[in-house]
Amino acid sequence: MTSSPPTSTAAAARRRRRRIGSVEVLAALLVLVVLFRDPLTESLSAPALQTWLTVFVSVMTQAIPFLVFGVVLSGIIAVFVPPSFFAKALPKHPALAVPTASVAGVVLPGCECASVPVAGALVRRGVTPAAAFAFLLASPAVNPIVLVSTAVAFPGQPRVVIARALASLVVACLMGWLWQAFGKGSWLRMPSRAHLDGMDKWPAFWASVRHDVLHAGGFLVIGAAAAAVIGVVVPKSWLAHLAADPVIAVLVLGLLAVLLSICSEADAFVAASLTQFSMTARLAFMVVGPMIDLKLFAMQAGIFGRGFALRFAPATFVLAIGVAAVVGTVLL
Amino acid sequence: MNRQAQAVILLLVGGAVLRASLTDQYLNYVKPGLQPYLILAGAILVVAGLFSLWYELRPTRPATAGGPAVAGAGGAGVAVAGGSAVAGVDGAVSPGHDGHGDVGDAAHGHGDGHGPGQGPGHGDDDGPGHGPGHGPGHGHGHGDGDDDGHGHGPGGPKVAWLLLAPVLGLLLVAPPALGSYAAGRAGSALVEKSDFAPLPAGDPVKLTMLDYASRAVFDRGVSLGERRVELSGFVMRGPEGTWLLARMMLSCCAADARPVKVALAGQLPEGLRDEQWLRVTGGYTGRQVKDVVNGETIPFIEVTDVALIETPVEQYES
Repeated sequence: MTSSPPTSTAAAARRRRRRIGSVEVLAALLVLVVLFRDPLTESLSAPALQTWLTVFVSVMTQAIPFLVFGVVLSGIIAVFVPPSFFAKALPKHPALAVPTASVAGVVLPGCECASVPVAGALVRRGVTPAAAFAFLLASPAVNPIVLVSTAVAFPGQPRVVIARALASLVVACLMGWLWQAFGKGSWLRMPSRAHLDGMDKWPAFWASVRHDVLHAGGFLVIGAAAAAVIGVVVPKSWLAHLAADPVIAVLVLGLLAVLLSICSEADAFVAASLTQFSMTARLAFMVVGPMIDLKLFAMQAGIFGRGFALRFAPATFVLAIGVAAVVGTVLL
Repeated sequence: MNRQAQAVILLLVGGAVLRASLTDQYLNYVKPGLQPYLILAGAILVVAGLFSLWYELRPTRPATAGGPAVAGAGGAGVAVAGGSAVAGVDGAVSPGHDGHGDVGDAAHGHGDGHGPGQGPGHGDDDGPGHGPGHGPGHGHGHGDGDDDGHGHGPGGPKVAWLLLAPVLGLLLVAPPALGSYAAGRAGSALVEKSDFAPLPAGDPVKLTMLDYASRAVFDRGVSLGERRVELSGFVMRGPEGTWLLARMMLSCCAADARPVKVALAGQLPEGLRDEQWLRVTGGYTGRQVKDVVNGETIPFIEVTDVALIETPVEQYES
């Protein structure tokens, strides 16, 4: 890609005006907020609102390091790793690339916020989407940090760890093959980044980081805000009534995992505390959560397009619930 | 949002994260162990913001940055731009294409795309099945040169404005750690356990809330014996007119916080209020009460000594 300079001075002037506009809006907004800081803080002091804000800020604080590292890694993949590397590293046949990519999820130690931008960079780098999606789903659930924290949360029950890793890998592979069989490239709407190819490496790297942080980060805000609402609004005492029926229990905890959007490194502890529920239901909570939740859905919609997320998320949810129910019944 | 504003947002997010992690503020939201990662992430964001500003403001901008309208649609992509953006359809160059997309799907270009645009469809047409950048109504093509040459629809960089919310939350409002309100809405979270090590030395012996509650409930106080125990936490009203000492436990961040509750028996100071932090010394008693939220057992402690204390820096128990 080479550039062609703006041809019309009018357009250039208009652009300049626009640019100033956006910075000015930002500055004005900040000044306003600082001026009205006290009434603003005052209005947020109701206990429910304050709890919401604390949870929201906490989810963001927790997610930002993982988001940044994921974005840096995706920038490295996008700029410094040649596409030929992935062509060599993954089996040629997509059906084989899917399980390879799922198992490769072990190497990304982190939670799900990192995996979305990385999967985006992989697709953009020519990796079969089916394999990239298998990686996207598997890596938050099967990496060592998450498995260790699961073992700590369920002391003396190694079967829980095995069931979690197994069910997550199976769902990731099934989703990859499902995409291979039925997925349509037209559902993906990813910004092409051809402009990066013409740039020097470092400017391209920083452009990629800037873009991904703002893009995925913006969607993360939506997901975190929604998850905080659920955390504050849904009283935990409701849950006790739903735990009795084994089928409903699995569905309820699967749904709760989607709504609460807890980091995959922590969800085992929350699952361990949901003592009224069957082990299978708690397994469903731990299998569904890292694969699809509110913040992941928002980020997937941002990186891969809404049309993709609207199809991919429900399919992931149904498969994850089904596989967790089967694995839980057999192993736990 | 243009690049300068984007760079400012990066600086703000990075600055807010750095400030929170270099002070004790981050302890209200996440575990202490996250601090080095927060500092590193904040620093990377600040550096990214500075580089973005530098690339943007230096006199000679890189030739490729901020090119004209580029529609990156490999398939039947149609770019929609305010002006005359260009859609690259299957690698074709279609100068001055006045884009129209299927409105429902297409991102609306908010630009003034101009000039003899170049739209080599950079969809990966010979890719394995589904290359990137395919798709009808793939509306990446607006030409204000602000967004790396690819545009954004409703889900574009406009969404970056939302990052101001956590920035304001961290810098201006700085909400406190979760307290009695959150603890009252969640059930006491004990994990069933059977092996209990002997209590450490000390008189009184300092225990975490979880340790005391677990020993009292699952060990029926056997390993506690007659020892004097010291606990600290905040007070809140409990069931049956009791006062509870509570503390939130974190695994990752406040979104997964679960309370541990211990009921207080014995003489308590007058005029206790929710959120007041206490250090209590006392001993095991067999008395118990049920948590109304999840039916979990809340053990009592027979209080012999109470001190009102300042809210600690690290309010969560991990």
